[in-house]
Formats: sequence, structure tokens, C-alpha cells
Amino acid sequence: MISYWPSLIGGMLIGSSAILLLLVNGRIAGISGIVGRLLGGQQIGPNAAFIAGLLLGPWLYAAASGHLPPVTIAASAPLLVLAGLLVGVGTRMGSGCTSGHGILGLARFSKRSLIATSIFLATGIVVASLMGILR
Amino acid sequence: MNASLRLIIALAAGALFGFGLSMSGMVDPARVIGFLDVASGHWDPSLAFVLTGALLVALPGVAIQHRLARPALDAQFHLPTTTAIDRPLVLGSAVFGAGWGLAGFCPGPAVAALSIGLLSPFIFAGAMIAGMMLHDRLLAGHIR
Repeated sequence: MISYWPSLIGGMLIGSSAILLLLVNGRIAGISGIVGRLLGGQQIGPNAAFIAGLLLGPWLYAAASGHLPPVTIAASAPLLVLAGLLVGVGTRMGSGCTSGHGILGLARFSKRSLIATSIFLATGIVVASLMGILR
Repeated sequence: MNASLRLIIALAAGALFGFGLSMSGMVDPARVIGFLDVASGHWDPSLAFVLTGALLVALPGVAIQHRLARPALDAQFHLPTTTAIDRPLVLGSAVFGAGWGLAGFCPGPAVAALSIGLLSPFIFAGAMIAGMMLHDRLLAGHIR
């Protein structure tokens, strides 16, 4: 049986990160927003620092656990390009992604985030399931 | 003073986020697809535990935030003010979900995975950044 404890505790660490940024810096830990603002040249310092931390994360995990987290990517290069473009356009148009809408938005009882999260989960499930059937 | 402290907090929050993504399995597109692909016959519920864990902390955290006049290191909270359920929200979320379901990457894991040293995350993140710039510079304001 697979243990779900690492997922639950990992999720709690993600939630703690979001609350740390909210209570101390007063900002929403939404990754698409942070990357988008960085690209637009807004609040470069804190946004770049957050991204630097995000890049360090897997290596801190490796230092603690003895191995890097597995990253298994089945998608081909053209599919990765298409997926990346859709994620880039979609998260900026929809004002958020799994973190901003899915975690903080839901915790803030934002109706916009509840709708966004329901929609991206639904289309994600449909597309991933269709891809699985076609594979 | 506060500005440099904010940098340290942002770095720490990013590291904690990346550690959590790594520990939870969310940084692994195969695990994400295992959750989103409900027709595979071997569904992996891990991601529901990740979201549950995150909300277990975020819900009381937001309750604390409501009692504070301002964050520790800034004059005010910087929170979204839009409340309208509009076309960009619905269309954008649908487009994002489709891309998420295709490759199993959303923005956080895609950025964190860049440091692991594989080529694929760079291909995805490069296209994602191009998509963000395409939206912010050309599409923003045209869809309403």
C-alpha cells in the first residue's frame, strides 16, 4: 500500500509557505502571478527571491531525504511546448493556477477561485484521461 | 530594513514551497497525471492529500490574517480585489487545465523541477514563459 503521509505533510509545508508569505510579506503565494510579475519587472527582488527558493527546494529535500524527488515526464518535446503555452496563457488569463486559486483562493473562500479551481481540475481530468485512452 | 527582511522571507517561503512540492510528489508529472487520469484503472489519489494538507494549514492561516490590520513587514496586505466571474477567468482556467492535463506540469512544479537538471522542464518552462508574455503583451484586455 502506498503511504499518503508524504503527500499530506508535503501539502502542509506548501500551505505553511503560503501563510508565511501572507502573514509576513502580505503577498499571495501564487506561482503564475509571481513568475508573471517577475517577467513584467514588478517587485523584482522578492519575486526573484521566491523563485530562487523554489529552485533550492528539491535540493533541500535531497539533503534531508538522501535523494532528489523523482521527476518522470512522459510527454514528448512538441507536447511539452503545447502544454507549456496553454499553461502560460491560461494561468495569466485566469489570474492564477493551482497555488493561487487552488490553495489560497479556496482558503480565502474566494468565489472566483472556487470556480477557477473547479474548471481547471475538470479540464485537466478530461484531457489527461483522453490522453491516457489515446496512448 | 523591512525590504531586506522581505527578501529573506520570500526566499524561505519559496524554499519551503519547493521542499513541499518535492516531498508531496507534486513535482513529478507522472504522479499528477496519475491523479488527473481517472480512466487508467489505477488512479492515484495523492494529489487530493496534497491539497487537503495545504488547506489544513491555509484555512487557519487565513483566519489569523483576518484578525491582523497589516502583515508583519508591510503597511498593508496585497490581496486580489476582483470579484467578477468573467470570461477571462473561465476561459483562462479551462485553457490552463488542458495544458496541465497534457503534460502534468503546473507553474510551481515546472519551476522547481528546473533545478533537477533534466531537459524536459526547460522545454515546458520556456513555452510557459512565452505563453505568459504572449498573454500579458498581446491578449490581455482583448478577451472580455
